[in-house]
Amino acid sequence: MNFSAVKSLFLLCLFAFSNSLSASYKKAVILQDTGIFVSPYAEDNERCFTCHGQERYEYTNETLGRQVKALMCTERITKRKEFYDSNHKSFSCTDCHSSDYTTFPHPGELRMEMKYNCIDCHGGDETFSAFGFDEIDKEYQQSVHFKLEGEGFTCWGCHDPHTYKISIRNTENLKETILYDNAICLNCHSNFSHFQLLTDREEINVIEKHEWLPNQTSHFSSVRCIECHTTINDSILVAHLIVPKAEAVKKCNECHSKNSMLMASLYKFQSKEQRRDGFFNGIILNESYVIGANRNEYLNLLSLVIYGIVLVIIGVHIYFRMIRKETN
Amino acid sequence: MYLYPIWIRLWHLFNAILFIILIITGLSMQYTDKQDYMLVVSFATAVKWHNIAAILLTINYIIFVIGNSATENGKYYRTSKKNFITDLGIQLKYYSWGIFKGEKHPFPVTENRKFNPLQKFSYVLAMYVAFPLLIISGLGLMFPETILNRVLGISGLLLTDILHITMGFFLSLFMLIHIYTCTLGARPSSLFKSMISGFHESDH
Repeated sequence: MNFSAVKSLFLLCLFAFSNSLSASYKKAVILQDTGIFVSPYAEDNERCFTCHGQERYEYTNETLGRQVKALMCTERITKRKEFYDSNHKSFSCTDCHSSDYTTFPHPGELRMEMKYNCIDCHGGDETFSAFGFDEIDKEYQQSVHFKLEGEGFTCWGCHDPHTYKISIRNTENLKETILYDNAICLNCHSNFSHFQLLTDREEINVIEKHEWLPNQTSHFSSVRCIECHTTINDSILVAHLIVPKAEAVKKCNECHSKNSMLMASLYKFQSKEQRRDGFFNGIILNESYVIGANRNEYLNLLSLVIYGIVLVIIGVHIYFRMIRKETN
Repeated sequence: MYLYPIWIRLWHLFNAILFIILIITGLSMQYTDKQDYMLVVSFATAVKWHNIAAILLTINYIIFVIGNSATENGKYYRTSKKNFITDLGIQLKYYSWGIFKGEKHPFPVTENRKFNPLQKFSYVLAMYVAFPLLIISGLGLMFPETILNRVLGISGLLLTDILHITMGFFLSLFMLIHIYTCTLGARPSSLFKSMISGFHESDH
């Protein structure tokens, strides 16, 4: 974006900010969009959401002397509901962004402000030790994504701080978590306009690349991309060491076996309270059924016993037939 | 006595080969682990060959049903309620006792009676109950998006797979017994030769 375009954007922001809404309207918007959570900073944040909370905003263009409607750049939009549902819902916008943003038009140099990274707040903090941010950072620095830092890749590439929420720990519906987590990957890997911001590689066709995978639809809706594309780490819940594609898991029996790796990845959180009802890896049954991983011990034993009985009967039958033959 | 026409012999041969492939690949899928075992093929290979063999077996089964409807062979599977249990008892008694005493076969093979009551009963169960259930559940597993997600709170995929595995297990058991009972002809090799020649060697 050239300087004049940036300047125009700031001017638009200036006019938008000057277009104040009535207090009652603000309150109605907050109540309607935020559900049960009411942020202590709701009113402060609303100064930002007035323009940045939706696609369209209005401002008074003093040069033209009239109200102007304009579209907000998609990268600058944060939906109120998504923000107030996210992990950072209790924050004020200015906790992370400069308080200078409260002035309008926003000063131009704010565009260059350094953005916080996850580890800037969460690193080395005992309060968040359960989440293993330091270990996550260590993994991230070894992952293929870290190599893209020079191109502008950061934690926010996958975890938008305005909308991100932990899912696997809180999930009551693993399918939704899988969908949510895979959408993070697909946001770049199946959206070329995002993908090309970080690499000069050609567009990837995820479906074609995974054609070797039987029942592709079932796999895509039943496991996360990271199941095969990361190295499992026992000390953190969600692996962040994204491996090069050549090292991705391609052997079916890594998951489809008694020692299914899914127990250490997708089902890790639930498997701490392993359900034992005759099924190996029974916890997987809560959400799905993985051939080869879910084996019923009792049915296995029963089938062996039945086979054994039949073979004994056949053996006895052969024995008596031989005796009969010898007698004759 | 010419009892087994060429189409039956070919159907039977393909059925046997495909079923053996399905048992080996099916067991491989169920029991494949990270290390390799004898007779257990890798999961990916097992899935591929299980699917191919299953489709061919389904086509073969359709040929069997059409053949039985269009030819005289279907009559051998028709079961009468009359003396059903009694005849089963007589045949079972012969296999478990009479055969060792040199008694005559209670239901000798004729052109109108290819199967004894126990054979007829087990063949009808295998071919008209277990096989369709095996094929339908197998198609469900091949196209899992067609299966209900949950049935009474239980995974539809799990129920379908258990039905498939159970039917596969009973049919593999049937095959084992079927192969053994094939040694109970006039001579242990007589019935195996019949599968090739089409002629049945009489017991007496």
